[in-house]
Amino acid sequence: MPDLFDKFQPLIDQYEGLMASGLRDPFHLQMDEILSPTRAVVNGREIILVGTYNYMGMTFDPDVIEAGQKALAEFGAGTTGSRVLNGTFQGHAECEAALRDFYDMEHAMVFSTGYQANLGLMSAIAGRGDYIVLDADSHASIYDGCAMGNADIVRFKHNDVADLEKRLKRIPDGAGVLVVLEGVYSMVGDIAPLKEMVAVAKAAGAMIAVDEAHAMGFFGEHGRGVFEQAGVEDDVDFVVGTFSKSVGTVGGFIVSNHPKFEVLRFVARPYVYTASLPPAVVACSAASIRKLKYAHNKRAHLWEASRHLHKSLREAGFTLGTETAESAIIAVKMPDQETSAKMWTALIEEGVYVNMVPPQATPGLHLLRCSLCADHTSAQVEEIIARFKRAAATAGLPLKA
Amino acid sequence: MLTKDTVLPRLIEIITPFNRAGTDLNAKTTFATDLELDSLTVMDLTAEIEDEYDMLIPVNMLPDLETIGDVADAVVKIKNA
Repeated sequence: MPDLFDKFQPLIDQYEGLMASGLRDPFHLQMDEILSPTRAVVNGREIILVGTYNYMGMTFDPDVIEAGQKALAEFGAGTTGSRVLNGTFQGHAECEAALRDFYDMEHAMVFSTGYQANLGLMSAIAGRGDYIVLDADSHASIYDGCAMGNADIVRFKHNDVADLEKRLKRIPDGAGVLVVLEGVYSMVGDIAPLKEMVAVAKAAGAMIAVDEAHAMGFFGEHGRGVFEQAGVEDDVDFVVGTFSKSVGTVGGFIVSNHPKFEVLRFVARPYVYTASLPPAVVACSAASIRKLKYAHNKRAHLWEASRHLHKSLREAGFTLGTETAESAIIAVKMPDQETSAKMWTALIEEGVYVNMVPPQATPGLHLLRCSLCADHTSAQVEEIIARFKRAAATAGLPLKA
Repeated sequence: MLTKDTVLPRLIEIITPFNRAGTDLNAKTTFATDLELDSLTVMDLTAEIEDEYDMLIPVNMLPDLETIGDVADAVVKIKNA
């Protein structure tokens, strides 16, 4: 009988080859101490964190910590139950109220992770005979949610409005349609032309979901996301989001104004068949969301740091994923897997942590991904730039003149 | 009415530029094993076939379309539905 692991042999060989080259392992890095949203200790050395998605630096906010400590003491370590059984505490309701207020929407539903929020929406909302139309570069949680459900799944070319329109026109009359978009695409940090896409989807009579995981907190006047900045708030049916980025905790959510929205609490299986978030997590999240609404200075600083890092890396000759800083994600393109691993190792040796994106996440691309934090000081950003230049020399990465 | 007899030769014409391995193309040629197409190429090829017939081939249908003949059957079935 075959070993069921045999199908993974090419991946095992690839990983072992990478390790045999004497480079550091980018996928099993251990943070021994976390000093702040932007600093950690690895192997006894302090490093600057530039790949955490901790955009707004809320993880150590004193009000957030205090809310969590209080909830931990008063409500205990965990809920031991589903949201629809014994797992809805005062904190979960408070967290949903904070989201309704933040988004100015009628309904909010908190899931245990952002991944599960997408699984829940995609798998439940569209059934047999319905269509989900998604961007080809959609996050794995969107694809996986589609795979869990029974709808027909149609992809359009990344950020291509004409291709979306063409595909919508081919959908048979009478079928229900959900168009799924993301505000910011996390691989290279580009944003969607939401104004045009939402117009096309609305004209076709589709419902629209926008995942704002990488935009919450710093796009739009109230920090709601790219859909707010694009002025399409009234035309979007669902906004999906996460607590594990700007909010600084863990969890996921959907907000909506649809009058029948609450029924999703019964039919979204990733909501029903898992334990709810621990009391400390929902308390921290609610406190964080309330502060994000008014975090105008942090927003301004995050944008400034992102634009400066993008401009400086570009001027230094690095090849970046976008022409300008469209978000707080700055992706540096590497020529191949080996150089990517060498550059990642050189950066860690210099004291900079970035994400090395596994190639299976971005077929055809080798990326080192930076994400900025509102708490990065100007001095830290200058240090990151200097270390990138030195690491490129160490790793033998050719820079453009 | 489209028939498999007319669809199959046209599909082979569309697939030919994707046939880097120079494999013999017929109804039994498989995409994964014979043509060794990666996921990005499958997406491009699917889009070309969709444009040719002004139709949709949903992503969830792809695992069942192992051979060129399977695609010809699917095109005929969807277009004549």
